[in-house]
Amino acid sequence: MTGNMHLGVEEPIRECQYNQICTHNSSPMNTPHTKKRKSKRKWQVFPGRNRFYCNGRIMMAKQTGVFYLTMVLILVTSGLFFAFDCPFLASNLTPAIPAIGGVLFVFVMGMLLRASFSDPGVLPRATPEEAADIERQIDATNGPSGPGYRPPPRTREVLINGQTVKLKYCFTCKIFRPPRASHCSLCDNCVERFDHHCPWVGNCVGRRNYRFFYLFILSLSFLTLFIFAFVITHVILRSNRTGFLSALRDSPASVLEVVVCFFSVWSIVGLSGFHTYLISSNQTTNEDIKGSWSSKRGKGNYNPYSYGNFITNCCAALCGPLPPSLIDRRGFVLPDTPQPAAQTNGTGACPPNQVQSHMCAQDQCIQSTKFVLQAATNPLLHSQPIILGGGPTLQAKSSLGGPCSTLSPSQPSLPSSIPGLSCGGELLALRDSEIHCHHHLHHQHFISPEETPSPPTALPCATHLGHHVHPAQLFNPVSQDSLHEDSVRGLVKLSSV
Amino acid sequence: MAETHSLQDLRQAAVASKVFVQRDYASGTICKFQTKFPAELESRIDKQQFEETMQTLNNLYAEAEKLGGRSYLEGCLACLTAYTIFLCMETHYEKVLKKIAKYIQEQNEKIFAPLGLLLTDPIERGLRVVEITIFEDRSIGSR
Repeated sequence: MTGNMHLGVEEPIRECQYNQICTHNSSPMNTPHTKKRKSKRKWQVFPGRNRFYCNGRIMMAKQTGVFYLTMVLILVTSGLFFAFDCPFLASNLTPAIPAIGGVLFVFVMGMLLRASFSDPGVLPRATPEEAADIERQIDATNGPSGPGYRPPPRTREVLINGQTVKLKYCFTCKIFRPPRASHCSLCDNCVERFDHHCPWVGNCVGRRNYRFFYLFILSLSFLTLFIFAFVITHVILRSNRTGFLSALRDSPASVLEVVVCFFSVWSIVGLSGFHTYLISSNQTTNEDIKGSWSSKRGKGNYNPYSYGNFITNCCAALCGPLPPSLIDRRGFVLPDTPQPAAQTNGTGACPPNQVQSHMCAQDQCIQSTKFVLQAATNPLLHSQPIILGGGPTLQAKSSLGGPCSTLSPSQPSLPSSIPGLSCGGELLALRDSEIHCHHHLHHQHFISPEETPSPPTALPCATHLGHHVHPAQLFNPVSQDSLHEDSVRGLVKLSSV
Repeated sequence: MAETHSLQDLRQAAVASKVFVQRDYASGTICKFQTKFPAELESRIDKQQFEETMQTLNNLYAEAEKLGGRSYLEGCLACLTAYTIFLCMETHYEKVLKKIAKYIQEQNEKIFAPLGLLLTDPIERGLRVVEITIFEDRSIGSR
């Protein structure tokens, strides 16, 4: 089962060549039998940068290397625990230990797979008619623009529970994003109630899989602490009988387990605590980092989505109704249905495996170009040009200290919202220079899409933060984004000639 | 007034234009559509009828997303069974979506199709818009 890579990039000329072959296959002239065989499922023409498995049932991000690392760490550590420590503990203490451990392990794996494989709440892109309708409305609001005049940023303001919230227009998906939605640059999708893109889970965390993600990290904290505690108990009990060194010799696996658990427990327990805080105040990681609802922004700034008390917030996040997927991955593409705005032909994209390897390089080229354009225009907007240490180092560093320390030197007091998280200082640097950081982190990722997995000692929050990227529409950037889009399209046309 | 269109007739008719009714976010992120009557439909359908349809749709979506005893029970039960229960059971939301699909079908057959309009189920547009297709009114002497 191989996933197909789908890129949300327009390639009008190249697509034309393939288009000829495709329409031949799917034209209505064919016999129903042939047509049925060739009709595609919607996941095969999905414009985002996701991978699909099991004929569309499983949906993940493009980069899944770190996810496999997560699986290996959990499976190996738990496997060693059950194989080497449990027999001793079951016979000397109680068989309830492996039983409880087993239940915890199954729950952790279940939640991990659920968080990784489900649709996080991706918003399908606008159909061409919708996009045209919105453009018309925007032009009507903004008035006619002369040549060379950049229209003001495309935003709509809406009053939610007394707070003014700005809805931003997504140039890729051609929609006004609902409140709390955000465009994930790694997956190239708008996701509802976007929390963050988690490389450990290999997927975005959004409205539909946040509860699985939270239960995963919570149960993993318990599992890690459980294994840690009982492995130590095992070693102590053995050393009481045979001495410490021979105890270690008899169960060498215990040493590995203790090391893995010791280094993971800080980050995982810290992360669980952080997300418990987020759930109880009904905020997303995104909102917390940007300080959207912080009282520091101004008097009378409060979270309009909060239900008021933390119990209702928790219940709503964890036990609320689970909305179904909006993207209908396994439905069939009908020849007369409107295709999303990202595709220029009307009959659906051709099998992407034909263009897969070529598009890879194209994608990198395009994103590099975006970065270059961004960097070139940035000095005009921001007073400090920010240079981040090259792409791969963002992941290779074990904390976010490297890249962010070159950013604005605003002095932090640790944000009270993130107790115990040692990268809190960097978080505030991120927050205060959000625009700089987000722009550059955004592009950093594109330069180096091959994420080197962080060493197990790395705080997961570092990579998490690295992925709290955001849509380029933050500051003045809307006009920049259209400039980028135009330049990119131009480049694509050139490169496909 | 003669029945000018049925749903089948509409499929052959030419599309004159489409009207999109956007989401109303004033109450937060819950699914709710604007009930404001679009100007393009003024000549086609009664304002009150339209607003009634939209209001019913909004009520149905509110029912799907309601936080209450039933949804909490479903959530807890699902969590306890590690969400495997959804392999055999439909979520409450999905049940209400089916209800909505049926309601829209009924409305199309009884009210909108005779007027040369077609309501598209918002779920097919990712719950972003209610798409109303206006067909060309080719029959002479209709209405």
